[in-house]
Amino acid sequence: MERVAIIGASMTQFGQREEWIRELLAEAGIACLEDAGVDPATVEHLYVSNMASGEFEGQGGIMNALAHDLGALPAYTERIDQTSSSGGAGIYAAWRSIASGASDMTLLVGGEKMTHPSTAETTDIIASITHPCEYKHGLTLPSFAGMTARHYLERFDAPRESLGKVAVKNHKNGVDNPHAQFQKEVDLETVLESPIVADPLRLYDFCPITDGSAALMLCPESVAKEYTDDYVVIAGVAGATDTHVVHERPDPTIMGGVVESGQQAYEMSGYGPEDIDVAELHDMFTILEFLQMEGLDFAEQGEAWKHVEEGRTERDADRPINTSGGLKSKGHPLGASGVAQGVEIYEQLVGEAGPRQVDADVGLCCNVGGFGNCVITTIMEAAA
Amino acid sequence: MSDENANAMEAYRYEDGSISYPGHPLGPDGSEPVETIDLSEYTATVVTWTTSTATPPGVRAPNHLAIVEFDVDGEPVRAIGQLTTDEVESGDEVRPVYVEELRDPEAGIKEPASQDWDGYRFEPV
Repeated sequence: MERVAIIGASMTQFGQREEWIRELLAEAGIACLEDAGVDPATVEHLYVSNMASGEFEGQGGIMNALAHDLGALPAYTERIDQTSSSGGAGIYAAWRSIASGASDMTLLVGGEKMTHPSTAETTDIIASITHPCEYKHGLTLPSFAGMTARHYLERFDAPRESLGKVAVKNHKNGVDNPHAQFQKEVDLETVLESPIVADPLRLYDFCPITDGSAALMLCPESVAKEYTDDYVVIAGVAGATDTHVVHERPDPTIMGGVVESGQQAYEMSGYGPEDIDVAELHDMFTILEFLQMEGLDFAEQGEAWKHVEEGRTERDADRPINTSGGLKSKGHPLGASGVAQGVEIYEQLVGEAGPRQVDADVGLCCNVGGFGNCVITTIMEAAA
Repeated sequence: MSDENANAMEAYRYEDGSISYPGHPLGPDGSEPVETIDLSEYTATVVTWTTSTATPPGVRAPNHLAIVEFDVDGEPVRAIGQLTTDEVESGDEVRPVYVEELRDPEAGIKEPASQDWDGYRFEPV
């Protein structure tokens, strides 16, 4: 099986955008074609990662629309919906399309347009992924985070401030990301005194609601060499599923999908947690950064908060986490987020991350759907 | 599956002895359900809880919520739901209290006929 390469990447400005989903997808798609130097007619498969364009704006068939708008006919198209991990699932689908030999050039574009309804309506669209026994009680994704955070802090005797420091770090990183929704530092006091959203978590423990799109271009490594010397190889990729009903998990602080997809991706790549130079984790809520650090064996269970307190996840430390600013600062357009994680790791590995650049040969993305319901872990390495 | 209590808080016990709330057509490793258990007849312990202030349309605000754990003859089973109060701590004992409508079925994105809207809040004992 030939190795799968990434030869181009792009992302739009994340934030509150006037454009609708078709326009956002086209913006990232065109930029990615240009970045990779690929003719649209060369694209054989086109995947669109998106959770809810129908619910948000009543637009269906967006993969077909994008192929037409990019002049990429007659490429095979498919829309990938795996809730918040749609982007990671798109990377997995695009990887399969190349690895199987079905396509020699696959464009993946993830996007979401979600700032136009009220916050309550958007929260409800996202909460529609819950089980009926959860939905009828008014459970939201933030409320799961609040319950999990309380349990984590009480059980592991972790200080509340450690969660706040995740937000401070990711906002600091986002300052240097020109595409981030918030390019603004926040201090710990501001985080800890912001309004309560789901006790003990406060406003700055949560990612914002965001419009945006991101894209990656994938092809066999032999084809990549025809385009560029600076490409990235997907060394490992895997997905796994945990319970739909969140409270049925035996341990609220363990996300089984993170653990399982991480182990499979490590095994496939031949790398272990000690080899990961830089990681993008799904910090939709600050507590999720702890759970993924532990699920991916960056830290022992109940110990991730100590790594954060010791500054070991900062950009200039031994394993930087969320150099892009993470979902927290960069924003979280649902279907785009997993793709944008891949964009950041790609840019870090080819040396195009500008002021965010760290010394990295191997990087990891962990994209979480629902509250850990579906997870995709991807490990990338710089071309030798 | 049959039940004498029309408002039962119905959990399933499977062939392997495990219990889940809610029930599933198949349990762990494809284990078949063998009986229902009405959790409303038991008390539970609060595992963790939160007060949600950013609630969706048709949901009370603030919304006090908890994950609780029942002990059914030595077999643990967890449930999630609204609390009657925020005067609660992890580890407290609670009992289920029936409520006819937990949120306004007409206000949210879901088709009202697609699911039940009654259920149980948890009240400190």
